[in-house]
Amino acid sequence: MTIASYVFLIIGGLFYLLGGLGVLRMPDTFNRIQAGTKATTLGAFSILIGVALANPVWSWISKIIIIIVFIIISNPIGSSAIAKATYNSKNIPDNLVQDALKERGEE
Amino acid sequence: MEWMDYVVFSLMGLGILFTVIRLFIGPKLSDRVVSLDTFNMIVIGVIVVLASIFQSNLYLDIAIVYAILAFLETVVFARYLEGKKDDNR
Amino acid sequence: MKYVTTFVTLLLIYLLLAGFTVNEVILGSIVSAILTIILVKYTDFRINWKFPIKLLKFLFIYIPVFIWKLILANLDVARRVLSPKIPLNPGIVKVKTELKGDLGKLTLANSITLTPGTLSIDVEDQYIFVHTVDVKGKSDVENTANIAGPFEKILGGIFD
Repeated sequence: MTIASYVFLIIGGLFYLLGGLGVLRMPDTFNRIQAGTKATTLGAFSILIGVALANPVWSWISKIIIIIVFIIISNPIGSSAIAKATYNSKNIPDNLVQDALKERGEE
Repeated sequence: MEWMDYVVFSLMGLGILFTVIRLFIGPKLSDRVVSLDTFNMIVIGVIVVLASIFQSNLYLDIAIVYAILAFLETVVFARYLEGKKDDNR
Repeated sequence: MKYVTTFVTLLLIYLLLAGFTVNEVILGSIVSAILTIILVKYTDFRINWKFPIKLLKFLFIYIPVFIWKLILANLDVARRVLSPKIPLNPGIVKVKTELKGDLGKLTLANSITLTPGTLSIDVEDQYIFVHTVDVKGKSDVENTANIAGPFEKILGGIFD
């Protein structure tokens, strides 16, 4: 049981590291949002499952389920809000090959 | 298996370090908001692992409240960003 | 009927979170009764008897596909982040959805955000604007099939 929980914890830590690295290395804002959101969502998932395996008591598992559900609902909404605000504040990277939102404005 | 805790914490700490670097150098305001969002998610993981190490249930409540506050913070910053012209700050 | 259903649901949630002791049952009943009266009097909601079936369908059909896609997305992010020269071909594309309800559209947008290489920016009527790392299709129809195709069928069966 401890070994399984540590495996999940290590995987979660690795994805957190990848999320931080992605936020640091990606060249423009939208790609940073993508890397950050995906990697930290799965990282949080994995860490929470690892902690639940280390403490298989109902009072822990119920709270962990609440955190997982909340994260999976709120994290994509938050990143979507940042992306929309980024676009609306005229911070558009110049490497886009196609821009459907701009076409919407011209119609 | 104590040493595994150190490995997990150093991985998460490196992630926090990278996001903080982006928070300081980020050329645009929106980059800083993105890195703050990622930072908050990592801190939730740190709190949960601390709960497991201290064997205390109450830290999970802190993690729940922190998750709610982090979401609110992200949305408020996005609202603030909206409609402003984002020059280099 | 509405009072009873709301009361039982609230009490069950309270007991699941607090544990089954006599004290908790008494306190939970009082709290749930007060909340039931406030909710039924001051808010306007309808109890949908199909909801538990929808929830079960959601849990057992949608969640496994979703978790598999999430793992694929993370491997994709890992590959991109760790390669020395980051392969990028980004663009914002328009995706058409057939879903009607707000909840269905929210779930679809969230799933698009967490699948490989895509990030939903804005929802407007029947269209979702998506930022993709790698633009593959030439037309909107092709992009729709690539990005929203796998989820659209499952979610259409659950929410509509």
